[in-house]
Amino acid sequence: MKILVCISHVPDTTSKINFTEDNTKFDSNGVQFVINPHDEFVLTRAMWFKEKQGASITVVNVGNISTEPTLRKALAIGADDAIRVNTEATDGFYVAKQLAEVIKNGGYDLIMAGKESMDYNGGMVPGMTASILDYNFVNACIGIEIEGNKATVTRDIDGGKEILSTELPLVIGGQKGLVEDKDLRIPNMRGIMMARKKPLKVVEPVDFDPTTVITDFEKPTPKSNCKIIDADKVEELVDLLHNEAKVI
Amino acid sequence: MAQDLYQAPDYYHLDDLLTDEHKLIRDAAREWIKREVTPIIEDVAQKAEFPKQIIDGLAKIGAFGSFIPEEYGGSGLDHISYGIIMQEIERGDSGVRSTASVQSSLVMYPIWKFGSEEQKQKYLPKLATGELMGCFGLTEPNHGSNPGGMETKYKDMGDHYLLNGAKLWISNSPFADIAVVWAKNEKGRVHGLIVERGMKGFSTPETHHKWSLRTSATGELIFDNVKIPKENLLPGKSGLGAPLMCLDSARYGIAWGAIGAAMDCYDAALRYAKERTQFGKPIAAFQLQQKKLTEMITEITKAQFLTWRLGVLRDEGRATSAQISMAKRNNVEMALNIARESRQILGAMGITGDYSIMRHMMNLESVITYEGTHDIHLLITGMDITGIPAFV
Ligand SMILES: Cc1cc2nc3c(=O)[nH]c(=O)nc-3n(C[C@H](O)[C@H](O)[C@H](O)COP(=O)(O)OP(=O)(O)OC[C@H]3O[C@@H](n4cnc5c(N)ncnc54)[C@H](O)[C@@H]3O)c2cc1C
Repeated sequence: MKILVCISHVPDTTSKINFTEDNTKFDSNGVQFVINPHDEFVLTRAMWFKEKQGASITVVNVGNISTEPTLRKALAIGADDAIRVNTEATDGFYVAKQLAEVIKNGGYDLIMAGKESMDYNGGMVPGMTASILDYNFVNACIGIEIEGNKATVTRDIDGGKEILSTELPLVIGGQKGLVEDKDLRIPNMRGIMMARKKPLKVVEPVDFDPTTVITDFEKPTPKSNCKIIDADKVEELVDLLHNEAKVI
Repeated sequence: MAQDLYQAPDYYHLDDLLTDEHKLIRDAAREWIKREVTPIIEDVAQKAEFPKQIIDGLAKIGAFGSFIPEEYGGSGLDHISYGIIMQEIERGDSGVRSTASVQSSLVMYPIWKFGSEEQKQKYLPKLATGELMGCFGLTEPNHGSNPGGMETKYKDMGDHYLLNGAKLWISNSPFADIAVVWAKNEKGRVHGLIVERGMKGFSTPETHHKWSLRTSATGELIFDNVKIPKENLLPGKSGLGAPLMCLDSARYGIAWGAIGAAMDCYDAALRYAKERTQFGKPIAAFQLQQKKLTEMITEITKAQFLTWRLGVLRDEGRATSAQISMAKRNNVEMALNIARESRQILGAMGITGDYSIMRHMMNLESVITYEGTHDIHLLITGMDITGIPAFV
């Protein structure tokens, strides 16, 4: 089984977020980047397929050279080879177009992506990619088993689980549940040294004009402090609601 | 210990000076410490136990001989990689870092540099995986800062050597499988010998009741007419210069490690100061606390640069012993001061095991003494710049 794991390179969730160029560009100065957390669960599940069912794992990222450390980490964790599509990941549709091209050329049986990336939270790439290729698609997976050409996929639904059966080739959007936090792997020194020798292929993007343009980013307004009023001072509460908060 | 929320301070984007591989190694060590060490370390420190269960993990993150060539089971990495691994480990605990320093710089290093090919093949791969653990015996009851006066000696008995004497304050001794021991021959020349646990007349009693480095086992090495096979002598180098070369490697790692302890204390103090409210404000809003925090990050940043530069020099083969002394001395004192100041920022909470600060502070009292005391490093720099030794 040939697996393609789509990896995005996102700011660590503890990073301070700022924008430049008139609030149209993300300021990456001093920001630490990590493998998108959903993708890490997916990659670990792919490693189980590799170890238990002899699958091969290719990792792919659409991004410029600054994302290579993230691919190298995936190789150190155990992926066999990596592909970087050398372009800015402008929007979801653009990325899906690029991934579809990689998939067409590589002939993968199973394409595993995180259900969304933690930077722009678009949540569109896996579905769009499947649609471009006319492959089966299941989103928000928390479990997957493959036997021959058949896949049994578990999804999180409101208040329960949904179990689907489908066929390869298949694209999934995955998340925690595929594996748990304790299963996530820390690259060991042997893995890091082996990753040096594993191929990381850089391919040029297919020509395609992004269909959306970012015009502005806005940060959420800071949470205001809460005031605690004694239960016996109802008048003060009414006064504050009326004159300060102006809600009554 | 409370949840480990550590975020490493990097005020001047020093990360930009590291390679992608350095960062990969560093982040792996950092994650491993967070996952495997901080959850258990306070408990084992309180019980004064060496956490044997983490030996395998230490080996996997490259804590044992990262600079030893791959043919001997090491990772063949540069010295900056070694430094950043030590930094991450000491961020967790100086005692654990001590175990890794001893194994890498004081046991694997001399075998690699001064050992015979057979000795390298026999010991290094097993030391790299932690299957064998080692210790280093230089200090004696009557000879600490002045190891040249050592009394431990061996006699050539024709087909073997006969070793007599005692070493004190030896990290890892209570559980080590092998000891690299420095002793004088009949002519008074210092040589290194590999002593194996189980040899008749060799014992390793543990030193108890330490208030410092409680996660690292410390003990004695006692040699009572121990027969040492001749092939256990390190043939490559003799004289006090041989153990001093090992100390250079270890002190270099300590210079990096101490910054890790300082970063952990600063990070905890900064977070606490922003959350703890007194007089209606977070204590971080008071100038006195800001002064402490500002001076801490300034000192950490200076030490990070000093040490990174030392790493570059060491990788180029140009770092002198005196330069290493300066960094060890500066960084350990810096870390100890930061531990004390951070402890005060946490008020009473600072003395509890819910935070790592008091443990770091107590650990650093050993770190400022071992591998050359604070005073001795000053004398080394003093001699280097004036040309006049002031030791005696
Ligand atoms: C936890 C721990 C682990 C250790 N692990 C090891 C180990 O694995 N292997 C090993 O061989 N050793 C080890 N040591 C020993 C350590 O290296 C020695 O403690 C250190 O070298 C100092 O020796 P000392 O304690 O005998 O102090 P002393 O040499 O007696 O020094 C006492 C004081 O006098 C000062 N002093 C000494 N000489 C001078 C001078 N000429 N001028 C001015 N001041 C001077 C010192 O700075 C110090 O303040 C360890 C020590 C500790 C605490």
